[in-house]
Amino acid sequence: MLPYIAVAAVLFSLGIFGVLTRRNTIGILMSLELMFNAVNINLVAFNKFVWTDALIGQMFAMFIIVVAAAEAVVGLAIVLLLYRNWQGINTDNINIMKW
Amino acid sequence: MTEHSYLIVLLPAFSFLMIVFFLRWKEKIASLFSIAMIVTSLIMSISVLFETIARNGEAYTASFTMAQLGSFKLQLGLLIDPLTAMMLVVVTAIGTCVEIYSIGYMKDDPRFSRFFAYLSLFLFSMLGLVVSDNFFMTFIFWELVGLTSYLLIGFWFEKKSAADACKKAFLTTRVGDLGFLVGLLLIMYYTGTFNYEEVFAKIGMDVFPPAMLTLAAIGVFCGAIGKSAQFPLHTWLPDAMEGPTPVSAIVHSATMVAAGVYLTARAMTVFVASADASFFVAVIGVVTSLLAATIALVQVDIKRILAYSTVSQLGYMIMALGLYGYDTANGHHSPGFYAGTFHLMTHAFFKSLLFMGAGSVIHAVHTNDIRDMGGLLKKMPITAPTFLIGSLSIAGFPLTSGFFSKDEIVAATFGHPVFTVLTLLIAFMTAFYMWRLCFLTFFGKPRDEHRYEHAHESPKTMAYPLIFLAFMAVFVGWTGIPALSHGFASFVFHAEPYHPHADWMNYIVSSIVGLSGIGLAWLMYYKRKIDPDKLAERFKPIYTLFWNKWYFDELYDIIIVKPILAIGRFFWSFDANVVDGAVNGTAKVTLLWADLKWWFDRWIVDGAVNGCGWIVRAFGSLLKYIQSGRMQFYGLFILFFIVAAGIYKFESAYLNGWIFTDFLEVTTLFVILIGFLSYFAKTIVPESTTKPKREE
Amino acid sequence: MDILLNELAGRPVFWIISMIMLVSAFMVVTLKNVFHCAIFLILTLFSVAGLFVMLNAEFLAAAQVLIYVGAISILMIFAIMLSSNFAKDKIRMTSKNAIVVSLPVMFFGLGVIALVVKTIVDIQPLWNRDPADLTALPADNTMMIGKYLMTEYMLPFEVVSVLLLSAMIGAIVLARKERS
Repeated sequence: MLPYIAVAAVLFSLGIFGVLTRRNTIGILMSLELMFNAVNINLVAFNKFVWTDALIGQMFAMFIIVVAAAEAVVGLAIVLLLYRNWQGINTDNINIMKW
Repeated sequence: MTEHSYLIVLLPAFSFLMIVFFLRWKEKIASLFSIAMIVTSLIMSISVLFETIARNGEAYTASFTMAQLGSFKLQLGLLIDPLTAMMLVVVTAIGTCVEIYSIGYMKDDPRFSRFFAYLSLFLFSMLGLVVSDNFFMTFIFWELVGLTSYLLIGFWFEKKSAADACKKAFLTTRVGDLGFLVGLLLIMYYTGTFNYEEVFAKIGMDVFPPAMLTLAAIGVFCGAIGKSAQFPLHTWLPDAMEGPTPVSAIVHSATMVAAGVYLTARAMTVFVASADASFFVAVIGVVTSLLAATIALVQVDIKRILAYSTVSQLGYMIMALGLYGYDTANGHHSPGFYAGTFHLMTHAFFKSLLFMGAGSVIHAVHTNDIRDMGGLLKKMPITAPTFLIGSLSIAGFPLTSGFFSKDEIVAATFGHPVFTVLTLLIAFMTAFYMWRLCFLTFFGKPRDEHRYEHAHESPKTMAYPLIFLAFMAVFVGWTGIPALSHGFASFVFHAEPYHPHADWMNYIVSSIVGLSGIGLAWLMYYKRKIDPDKLAERFKPIYTLFWNKWYFDELYDIIIVKPILAIGRFFWSFDANVVDGAVNGTAKVTLLWADLKWWFDRWIVDGAVNGCGWIVRAFGSLLKYIQSGRMQFYGLFILFFIVAAGIYKFESAYLNGWIFTDFLEVTTLFVILIGFLSYFAKTIVPESTTKPKREE
Repeated sequence: MDILLNELAGRPVFWIISMIMLVSAFMVVTLKNVFHCAIFLILTLFSVAGLFVMLNAEFLAAAQVLIYVGAISILMIFAIMLSSNFAKDKIRMTSKNAIVVSLPVMFFGLGVIALVVKTIVDIQPLWNRDPADLTALPADNTMMIGKYLMTEYMLPFEVVSVLLLSAMIGAIVLARKERS
């Protein structure tokens, strides 16, 4: 199971990288999806190799997919809102989270 | 009336206060009020005189205690004896004349009321001096007359010469007053009282060491030297002629300068007790008299001639008094006291007459220089005759006042041949210079036609006092005619009454002397038989000496004024360099110290405070970028610390404190990390940040 | 090198899928054109679905494809097309902090890997369990999932459906144009 976890870790790291570096809000949302998927891979791998009882890992992953879907919906709605109000979705220009 | 004689003194004071406080701008009322007061004083004085005569010259005293200092009493009091009564009448009579005269003379002066206020103040001071019954009160009024003299000499203070003259008069008399004070305190020290009668009684009881008595007498006489302008303090009186002429007539000829003679006469008991002091007085008197007479010979300023004449005549009186003291101390009888006081009285009248006449002349021709006058006899039908009568009197023309009083002075010098010769010489010179003045002023041809044309007789207010005084100048001396059994001599006496007898030899000699003086003046200045200019050329050194007043002013300038100025300059430089230097040095050191403290405050204290602020500001200026407002940077921040925490955990768990050993190092790393992040945050601040633009 | 080659040779399918996934994921986070990013995201998600299949989670793989690829990715593309002029957007799509970010990210990834390795080494029994002890994953785990959803995970299931509903309403509220 080590390769699964390693790959998931790399995928997760790429997700973090994306979240922190994308200038496009939609790009950030995509990177978030990558991170969710890395977690899901982990959960499913653990479910298979460590603990199979009650399919906890798969169930957890499924709920995550659902929550991720909700997150994506709300996030994209916010993006549209941002676009309407800022005439752009560039994160460099969105610096109201201060003072 | 005698018991109310304090009113004589206080009425002029009342007049002074009224003018100063209420009548300042009512000139006519002020002058009339002032005259009313002094006339009242005159009437009371005459009444007091007759009462004193009626008492046979017995002294009347009254006093009240001003302050009680232990056993010592400070008193104000009245002593009305013949001398006082005589002086009261003289002062008030001349005061009245002068005030009436001043109405005319001071007309149109901007400070008309003030002049009368000053005159009233002077009369108050002079009368207070006369009636005083103790040395202390005398001293108070003595200084008061000095003050009023100062005020009156400097009445026209716009003139620099007048301002200088009043300063000179005040300071010069102060020198004498210092001696007076010393004598006064010596007397106080040995007798324990100031009162005249008590002091004189104590002197008879041998409480004084002889040397101290002499010193005290000379000290008191120093006051007289200053006030009566005796040698060597005589220089102020001629300069005092800068004051208005009425002032010269009363203050600087008749009364105030006579105060020195009066004081000598008043304190005669003290002088009698010390032959040395008396002799000193006599010598000073004769020297002054001679000196002033010689100077008067060559002067050309009408008032200055009269001023030197005054000094000379005062020296006469002083000499007579001094010789009286000397003779009495040596057990001889002498008419000196009577002669001196008698001459004091007669001189007061004819000299004030002469001054007023001179004032009238000056009023008419507007100059003081007798070389510019001449022939005024026709123009001034009142002034000229009265002036000539005064001149006859002072020259000792037979049957005038001056004749009788001068005879007595000559008589007082009998027994001292040198004094006799000098006295006669002075009498001759007096007659000469007075008639030189008369001939140059009233006779001959006018030397200045323009002035002559405009000359006019003075108004009546100035003329009437002249007539009255001319009358007095002739007849007041008749009170001392030896034929009178109860004449002046038996009225004014010091120890015992002196009964004069007619000394025909004396009369003839002094008449000849006086007439020859007049004759010489007549020859030189009327007939022009002897040319005065050639005479002056021939005796040029002596003439120059006289002309320059024996160089006394220059001498004083060299030996007193210059050294005092030098000392003053030295002290000034000491003050400027050392004292001011010390003060300024202290100030500088203080300033320096303050600067140091300022520096300390500015850089150390403020530095600490500002440093704290600066550090906080520096941290803040860096750390503020952490809060960039950009979500991604916050995420990065979180990531950094997760990683850091992971590294720390990993290190402590598996490397056993290889890197991080203690809290300090962790903290240091933490701070460095934050600093790095802040710096990084600063570098990634976008070029332009746009504010949210809301949709309408 | 041998170990690596052996590993790659031992499970080639896994590594191929993994490489496709990682490379496309890298493209997602680095490409300039956000539309291309979305395309690579779909590829990544497909790869993840492949990994799920390899882990015997067929239902999850199907859900992955349906939800992620079919719904979320399309949603993304819609959002991209609505929000920006992507075709002309040639500017750099990563912000300035990319280099700085990459350092801790590498630390993080390597750290996680090292942690996993370390844990495996330390806790041998857990990882190297006897296959006999390990309850094999049931072959019909899709059916099992359905069972569990209706029984044991009933409550989370309902909560998630409420969450979805609220997310939907929220999205509508947010995206709707405000009425004047």
